[in-house]
Amino acid sequence: MSVAASTAWKNVRQEPGWLARFFDWKPVLVFCCMLPATGLLLVFLTYPLGLGIWLAFTDTMIGRGGAWVGLENFEYLAEDPVFWTAVFYSVFYTAVATVGKFALGLWLALLLNNHLPFKSLLRAIVLLPWITPTVLSAIAFWWIYDPQFSIVSYILVDVLHLRNTYIDFLGSTWPARWSLIAANVWRGIPFVAICLLAGLQTISPSLYEAALLDGATPWQRFTQITVPLLMPILAIVMTFSIIFTFTDFQLVYAITRGGPVNSTHLMATLAFQRGIPGGQLAEGAAIAVSMIPFLIFATLFTYFGMARRKWQQGEGND
Amino acid sequence: MHIIRRRTALGLGAGALAAAMARESAAQIPVADATLKLPIESGASLRILRPARFVEPDEVIFRENTQRFQQQTGVQVRVDFVGWEDIRAQTAVTANTGSGPDVVLGWAEDPHIFVDKLVELSDVAEYLGKRYGGWKFLGEKFGKKNGSNNWIGIPFGGTAGPIVYRESAVKAAGYDAIPTEHDKYLDLCRKLKAAGKPAGFTLGNAVGDGNGYANWLVWSHGGFLVDEDGKVAINSKQTIEALKYAAELQKTFVPGTLSWSDVSNNRAYSAQECFLTANGVSLYFSLKNDPATAAIAADTNHAPLPKGLAPSPPQSALTINAMLFKHSRYPNAAKSYLAFMMEREQYDPWLQKCLGYWAHPLNAYDKSPVWESDPKITGFRDSMNNRYWNGWKGPINQAAASSTAEYVMVQMCAAVAAGQQTPEAAAREAERRAKRYYRG
Repeated sequence: MSVAASTAWKNVRQEPGWLARFFDWKPVLVFCCMLPATGLLLVFLTYPLGLGIWLAFTDTMIGRGGAWVGLENFEYLAEDPVFWTAVFYSVFYTAVATVGKFALGLWLALLLNNHLPFKSLLRAIVLLPWITPTVLSAIAFWWIYDPQFSIVSYILVDVLHLRNTYIDFLGSTWPARWSLIAANVWRGIPFVAICLLAGLQTISPSLYEAALLDGATPWQRFTQITVPLLMPILAIVMTFSIIFTFTDFQLVYAITRGGPVNSTHLMATLAFQRGIPGGQLAEGAAIAVSMIPFLIFATLFTYFGMARRKWQQGEGND
Repeated sequence: MHIIRRRTALGLGAGALAAAMARESAAQIPVADATLKLPIESGASLRILRPARFVEPDEVIFRENTQRFQQQTGVQVRVDFVGWEDIRAQTAVTANTGSGPDVVLGWAEDPHIFVDKLVELSDVAEYLGKRYGGWKFLGEKFGKKNGSNNWIGIPFGGTAGPIVYRESAVKAAGYDAIPTEHDKYLDLCRKLKAAGKPAGFTLGNAVGDGNGYANWLVWSHGGFLVDEDGKVAINSKQTIEALKYAAELQKTFVPGTLSWSDVSNNRAYSAQECFLTANGVSLYFSLKNDPATAAIAADTNHAPLPKGLAPSPPQSALTINAMLFKHSRYPNAAKSYLAFMMEREQYDPWLQKCLGYWAHPLNAYDKSPVWESDPKITGFRDSMNNRYWNGWKGPINQAAASSTAEYVMVQMCAAVAAGQQTPEAAAREAERRAKRYYRG
């Protein structure tokens, strides 16, 4: 083990070939490893999105190809009252349903965060509305809202005798709109509640203990500790929730199909209605493309509006 | 694909027995001499796509008939049933990609939409027409390419939606039959409402029933969506009259009809919430087969939609129309299959077991025992002789299909019936929307 012995040892490692060196070169390696993911994204995301945008500028119909018509589809939509009703209701639906989901979801999360008997079982039950396939819950609501066979009407009229006539949930504009929002809120609460519950559990109990020692009221503990520390996850969950709600399709399509007289069409259902059953593929694509600015705006709003450090830690903007 | 259990096998056996009896009576259908020479390609196999059944025997007998074709010709045939909502989308994919099923039994307009991708079927249609006493009006209308004698589709049958009513309720209102004049019909509906046995027609987004009712409103007042050349003509005095009438009639309906879908009126009628509506024979069929509702069926009858100002009852028939795609590798086998399915040995049992659900498009089947089996369904015999179609009086094309699918007529009527728009504004809006589809 002397120094002399180690100098006597001769390095026999061969120089790697050019191919091995090429692949060991970091930029190449990075490129190769990214290739499958890029390919997947290009084929399954970029191509359909690009095709959709392209279709929006043509006059394609089902069964025949189309030619480039520029902004003609958008010009038609701009003066189409049905389209503007759909835009209005999409925004309204998203706004009201999101507020409802977050108010109730946060409340539920706070309740579940307490020590309760059968905690895990309760949490599992809470998730049920969300894991039920949307179409199934939509059909259930369709029955609940049925003009002749609604369980709600039955209880109010035939059991409690509070009303004389059955409620016409879906027969006129505003009742139909509120009914759909109620169904969407019911479906969306578990997602919000479980995500926020996860957020709540990351908040260290020592903060609450310290606040208790300082004599903070429960409301103060909620506004000064829970809300700020929950804000990062709230921003993410809200972004997702807004996107899911804005692009909702199944509930509306299964319950009202956009009726009565188009008053409950969301942009997604209108796009499908025009594009597939209506055969006007290009116009449907144009409506779908019109959703993109709204989604980008909603995403940016929640990100920049709620993910700011000032909100979270009370510091200045940076 | 199918696991046949013992019980199913028994059921199939009973079904087969009944079908065998139906096959014997097929000899009652008169035929003329005609021949169709189509050498079937060797090693041929076929894929067929058709809408899902609405009444059970539709699928059972259809499969059985296909099985017979397979046995007699050795051609392997696979039949897929898809939902009514999905079949047009799947037909479109088949047409655009040039692959998939050889034959699609789609909706009436579909061969006209995909005409460039189809094989002409004049030989089959002319053979069938000659052998079975000619095609009925809608058979010819939906089968032939616009303004030509070239057949692009083989209509298999159609289901009309006449008035379905409770005889006792109508009688109690002082009418022996459904009146054909607008004012008397309105009076009948008012009296039914007063008796607590209201009528109900949907103006919701219901493809079949909604369009059927809205079309009737406009057609029976002499209005029409487009003229013979496909020029939009909905914004007319007749339409305004129809819309005013719709608003009056709406007041007599059971509540909630504006949100009714295609099945809602069946349910409301079966639950005795609604006593007069319009529907295919399927409603009567289900009432009759269920012991719990057999009493309702006994009190039920059918009548054509009131004529109003129209020369004949303004109703169409929801038709299934077969088309053969150019990409098929075995066109002769496919044509033989279509002809085989329309022959009396196959077609008549199908017609009988479905209780005339898909009423026949070929005149000779007027003699089918099914139409005498129950006097209450005799009226469906002439379903395919109705003189109207969606997009009447215009050509059958994509624009007509789009206007139907987009509920242009339905929503025009619904907006007025709900009191959201004046008749004039609603007609203008319908004109604007229709022009979009009929832009040429």
